[in-house]
Amino acid sequence: MTKNINFVSKFKKANIISIIIFILSIILISFKGLNYGIDFKGGTLIELRTETSIDTSLIRESLKSMNLGDVNVKKFGKKGDYLLKVEQKNSNNSSLIPEIKKTLSDYLNTEVDFRRVENVGPKVSSELLQSSVIAISLALAAMLFYIWVRFEWQFSVGSIVALFHDVTITLGIFSLLSLEINLSIIAAVLTIVGYSMNDTVVIYDRIRENLLKYNKISISDIANLSINETLARTIITSVTTLLALFSIYILGGEILRGFSFAMILGVIIGTYSSIFVASPILKFFKVSYKTLEKEEEKIVP
Amino acid sequence: MLNFSKINIILIYFIFFIISTFAFLNFQNKNNPILDKKVNLGLDLQGGSYLLLEINSDSLVEEKIQSKVIPLKKLLKENNIKFTNFKINNSSLNFTVDNIDKFELVFFSKKDNLVNPYIDNYRSHELDFRKLKDNNIAVNFSKFGLLTINNAAIKQSIEIVRRRIDDVGTKEPTILQRGEKRILVELPGLKDPERIKKLLGKTAQLNFRLVKDNSEFGTDELISETGEKLKISKRIVMSGDNLVDAQPSIQNQQNEPTVSFTLDRLGAQKFGRATTDNVGKRLAIVLDGKVISAPNINEPITSGNGVISGNFSFQEATDLSLLLRSGALPTPLDVVEERTVGPDLGEDSIKSGITSLVVGFILVILFMFYKYKIFGLIANTALIANLLMLVGILTILEATLTLPGIAGIILTVGMAVDANVLIFERIKEELKTEKSIIHAFDTGYSKAKITVLDANITTLIAAIILFAFGSGPVKGFAITLGIGIITTLFTAYFLARHLTSIIVLRNNNKEIKI
Repeated sequence: MTKNINFVSKFKKANIISIIIFILSIILISFKGLNYGIDFKGGTLIELRTETSIDTSLIRESLKSMNLGDVNVKKFGKKGDYLLKVEQKNSNNSSLIPEIKKTLSDYLNTEVDFRRVENVGPKVSSELLQSSVIAISLALAAMLFYIWVRFEWQFSVGSIVALFHDVTITLGIFSLLSLEINLSIIAAVLTIVGYSMNDTVVIYDRIRENLLKYNKISISDIANLSINETLARTIITSVTTLLALFSIYILGGEILRGFSFAMILGVIIGTYSSIFVASPILKFFKVSYKTLEKEEEKIVP
Repeated sequence: MLNFSKINIILIYFIFFIISTFAFLNFQNKNNPILDKKVNLGLDLQGGSYLLLEINSDSLVEEKIQSKVIPLKKLLKENNIKFTNFKINNSSLNFTVDNIDKFELVFFSKKDNLVNPYIDNYRSHELDFRKLKDNNIAVNFSKFGLLTINNAAIKQSIEIVRRRIDDVGTKEPTILQRGEKRILVELPGLKDPERIKKLLGKTAQLNFRLVKDNSEFGTDELISETGEKLKISKRIVMSGDNLVDAQPSIQNQQNEPTVSFTLDRLGAQKFGRATTDNVGKRLAIVLDGKVISAPNINEPITSGNGVISGNFSFQEATDLSLLLRSGALPTPLDVVEERTVGPDLGEDSIKSGITSLVVGFILVILFMFYKYKIFGLIANTALIANLLMLVGILTILEATLTLPGIAGIILTVGMAVDANVLIFERIKEELKTEKSIIHAFDTGYSKAKITVLDANITTLIAAIILFAFGSGPVKGFAITLGIGIITTLFTAYFLARHLTSIIVLRNNNKEIKI
């Protein structure tokens, strides 16, 4: 059953909401900033397990004598598991980790097991940040180019605006909740780019097809028809993807939690933007079958 | 789109069968001599250490530029170029010449230029100079000169790092060059990386130098192991290069751990001569600028064998002999990135990864069956085939599976049904207007084709970019995501389509509902 919901009438309201959230996200990102993990900021991360549950403030206190600078301790998953983050200024101390271990087990008087240690020097972290920014930009550029080749430039602009919308708002929510941005979040953002694009392309494909099929109908109605025709697919695919993602979020362990959360946000925002951001832009550009015909003439003179 | 020739059908199932067979290779316990292929577990799943080391060539460059001082002065004198204000800086030599044009001509001569050789590979000289003011110039290594130094240093460092790690006896280490100045070391299954880090952190430049009584020209003041201030000659009697072997040993009298070493012929000669000439004096054993010990030379040592003592624990003696056996690093190595995962966390990650995969998979399968009934079964069959092929290809490539890689597989499960959903929804639409069922399925498949391709290519682009820019675990995610798209397209457009065609053709005259 093809539903018949009037999406176009809700474009204006949705666009206003989108713009407000988008601007809020930019304000959050630029003023509150993003909570970069050690991948991008440098420093040391230790996931540790103690036999008995210990107050996090006690762990912080025990390390005071070492003068490590900013030390961040939080509970991590199960009882007795903690995540320790040290913002190291002088990173040349090669025996830092055994020293921390000794200090902790002496002070807390219990066996301390270091389950995971990550140490990123300042040079490497700035390189990682740089290559992540390049990767995301390149992905956006590649998408832009692909859509431009497969469709017309109006579609290309529409899909890129939708992508910017998705990525910015996802990062905005991460900023709002002070969630950590690390390499796996970047991977999630890139996957969101792919997914959101995927969703947009399906609707655009249908819009193009319908434009050629019914050349008397206005773009608003074409958009509405196309969104409705593809709605069942949009929902089913989002549901199955979300089922898989929630399974990772709940059962996949602490390490994948941030990643799957970013993906869940991205899938929801991406699905929304294909309908309420990417499609209105075609209306804004007054795309019609003539737009498509012009292109065809160019290709086949 | 529903007609398959016999050859096509055979080909489709043959490809599926061959690739998915590889998936089962992962479950065999014994090593199969013919097909010993398995998916490798990443360091985050099996535990282990990832180290990124960077050579610190500053001191090497300093050393190299200093070695140019005498030949350069000689060159200037031979060519009657007068120079004044000769200064040695960290990475450059500064001086003023009377005739800069003549200097330039001599400095960049390509023929028999021993001071500033021409490097054919890079079409550049080893050294370069820049004018500071008037005729004052600074000579330093050219970009390619530095590159040559770095290249030589990194090649040598990799060799030494390999020897040290092999000596410790870690299983299947990976040691690779990364960029111009970095070495990537992966040590799977290693529980305590601290010892290796300690071993790699030492250059282990060993020198034997005489202790002088007075601070004459050319001595360094170093502190001995007992806290005594020693004046030690800069002249090196013998260096670690002449060592052919070193082993930990126990001195019988005090039960003290020591390091016994054996010298090569040249080393034995040098050592013999030095100890013969200096009986009664003290010989300092200097490692990386620190005095290990400075024993008295009681008698000439001409056998080429010796013992180093220095209040070692047995572990220290073992490590020192390992370092001496493997040779000195040309430059110090800095650990610029380290990621270590303990084996029990790795196991936990595998468990939670597999659990979420199974649960996600079951949820998707139930949902698809609920939504599409019989065609849901087709989509689910395709999904299982998809998973088998994905693991099969990972096995053929002997790819590395990481925790994000498992997440990539789960995500593939969620997104793979998209292709079939697109097709089924399209067929549903066609069924509304089309009377012939076969025709409806046929057009459904062909019309959805372009959309399916377009949609998947965009995700593939994202995966390729992730693969190119990502590191370690993230690369693992990109691999499974990318391969997942390819297997998805194959299973949806060949396997599922064929299964659909069987059902449709068999029920040609009856009503079919999706």
